[in-house]
Amino acid sequence: MTDLLYSEEEDALRAAVRDLLADHCDTADVLARAESGAPYDPELWKALADGMGLAGLLVPESSGGQGATHREVSVVLEELGRSVAPVPYLTSAVVATEALLASDAGDLLGELASGRRIGALAVALNVAPGAAYQLVRHENGALHGELTGIADAAVADVLLVPADDGGLYAVEADAVTVSPQVSLDLTRPVATVVLEGAAGRLLGDAEPAVRRGLRAGAGLLASEQLGLADWCLTETVRYLKDRKQFNRPVGGFQALKHRLAQLWLEVVNARAAARNAADALATGSTDADVAVALAQAYAASVAVHAAEEAVQLHAGIGMTWEHPVHLYLKRAKADSIAYGTAGRHREALAELVDLPAP
Amino acid sequence: MTHAAELRDRTQELLSAHPPATTDRLDFLKARFDAGLAWVHYPEGLGGLGAPRSLQAVVDAELEAAGAPDNDPRRIGIGLGMAAPTILGFGTEEQKRRFLRPLWVGEEVWCQLFSEPGAGSDLAALGTRAVRDGDSWVVNGQKVWTSSAHVARWAILIARTDPDVPKHRGITYFICDMTDPGVEVRPLRQITGEAEFNEVFLTDVRIPDSHRLGEIGDGWRVAQTTLMNERVSIGGMRIPREGGMIGPVSKTWRERPELRTHDLHQRLLTLWVEAEVARLAGERLRQQLVAGQPGPEGSGLKLAFARLNQEISGLEVELLGEEGLLYDDWTMRRPELVDFTGREAGYRYLRSKGNSIEGGTNEVLLNIVAERVLGLPAEPRTDKDVAWKDLAR
Repeated sequence: MTDLLYSEEEDALRAAVRDLLADHCDTADVLARAESGAPYDPELWKALADGMGLAGLLVPESSGGQGATHREVSVVLEELGRSVAPVPYLTSAVVATEALLASDAGDLLGELASGRRIGALAVALNVAPGAAYQLVRHENGALHGELTGIADAAVADVLLVPADDGGLYAVEADAVTVSPQVSLDLTRPVATVVLEGAAGRLLGDAEPAVRRGLRAGAGLLASEQLGLADWCLTETVRYLKDRKQFNRPVGGFQALKHRLAQLWLEVVNARAAARNAADALATGSTDADVAVALAQAYAASVAVHAAEEAVQLHAGIGMTWEHPVHLYLKRAKADSIAYGTAGRHREALAELVDLPAP
Repeated sequence: MTHAAELRDRTQELLSAHPPATTDRLDFLKARFDAGLAWVHYPEGLGGLGAPRSLQAVVDAELEAAGAPDNDPRRIGIGLGMAAPTILGFGTEEQKRRFLRPLWVGEEVWCQLFSEPGAGSDLAALGTRAVRDGDSWVVNGQKVWTSSAHVARWAILIARTDPDVPKHRGITYFICDMTDPGVEVRPLRQITGEAEFNEVFLTDVRIPDSHRLGEIGDGWRVAQTTLMNERVSIGGMRIPREGGMIGPVSKTWRERPELRTHDLHQRLLTLWVEAEVARLAGERLRQQLVAGQPGPEGSGLKLAFARLNQEISGLEVELLGEEGLLYDDWTMRRPELVDFTGREAGYRYLRSKGNSIEGGTNEVLLNIVAERVLGLPAEPRTDKDVAWKDLAR
């Protein structure tokens, strides 16, 4: 039976990550960084990857990783979501790493596990597991083409590129042109990648690697969404206890209390869905496809709803650039598209649980 | 006596001394109670062994494997879930010995006389009066929404013993004999056509003071134990995928492709997802309870299931098209159990309307979540320092 609780070790891991983020990931800094045009925080990445070894959780010890599971990764992602941390953890330590685990990656796996190098799967962020994606041309031993919507490509050292010959290629970032796109999500921006005769090292078949990477990404994104929603709820409750209008705390008005109670209920449910997906991925359950689709079909809208409620219930201050809640709204909305929309995952479920369309 | 192995041995001893195949059902249940295997977390001598509650599963598994009869917990749910913990918590030794055994084996059915026509969400405003007369109390008033009243031997009752103090302070908790000539039970027909509940009229009902539970005027606190246990018992069971209301509608969808439309498909998938996630949240709560880490999640789950039951059954009626225009049976009956899946979609649709009312309305539960879980300010209370007799009504 699926274990839906957090173990003591997972609680300890959460506490350690939260402490680190409290010291290194103040929302004011995150915002200032986003405005500077260099949104990523290399110091934070170093502390997470090098200091705590978290980039290698999914990688076996024999390949230079920690040999942990998706359960621990999900706890890290909850905390990173809670801080809208501008680090390429989901893209490099989860999606690219999972794709490499399905390939003949050689030393690259260990390099990503150590965090010294950052990898990005060169598939647009909106692509759902099993859906079609854009390919580059493989001609005369070199790669040609233009890819768009690649998350965290701007900070990647190596790109994992699917080509029209069915292969997945490792391409060094300095062999291609990466141009940041003006992105809705300030803390996980997307970029275009142009390959003009770039050299690539064949890692193996693209299809299974991409599918595996995207499935893990979709399943564990639910934990990030849980973290985003949890921050929005907690912060809004705190604010409404403090904010006074009509000579009383605004949080005492029943219309608002009920909205927050409903939101709490959604967060409770999202936690169960996210834990279920993480556990199914960790144990390699035969139900993992259902668990992943279920988690994305549910948690995406919870994060968006929580962020939208946070903006509305903060009212005027919530509309300002200065207040951090917009960082959460932008991440939550982008996340609702990432690795397939809720609707895509419902369609997947229709097939998986035999509820066919007319 | 807290180890699983010891409990297994003790259960096997019971089974060999009273083989289920050749033992009368009631005799077996009494022997099980006397062996302390009825509810192992209860004290010795009262059907338990003072063991952790989580070990009950060990006993139940052994007994089920041996084909032993159970005490039909659904039939005596109010006794088991509400009366028993309250008697255990507040009863005298004499009361515990008199009432718990026949309650658990099912010889005596219990009902609950709490709600009144004028006291629903504001239960503490109740007006049924109990007046002291020597060694007994004389009770007059009207109770409502009482399931099992027509088959019950006993009732847990809260009544007003002091109208001159604020409402919460003037209530006393009693055990009421349902065979008293002053007790009149009338079926209350619901929108489903049947009468699952009753109205209970109390006219000069005499209750001996020895059937009082807890101190005079302390009945509200005693009732909190009853109501808390009602909510705990809601979240205790493991449910398989499609085990709830989503099951029948999914089955119909699979078996009858001619009913499918695109709109219904989208709504069905959305509800399937929500039902499955709510099921997982219930399972997570169950795992927390087993691990001894009860969380506040239970107060929210009833809200989720109420809404889902209503939306899913509503979709099911619509999916059925022409058949959705029909209803299986409007005959006035008095069922002993609520059976959501034994009847047609129309019944489920109507009955589930009660899910957001019974056991605390959605609106009250949202207040409870907001105040007790999120710590938001409480509703303004204008009745706090007003004597009950001076309240607006």
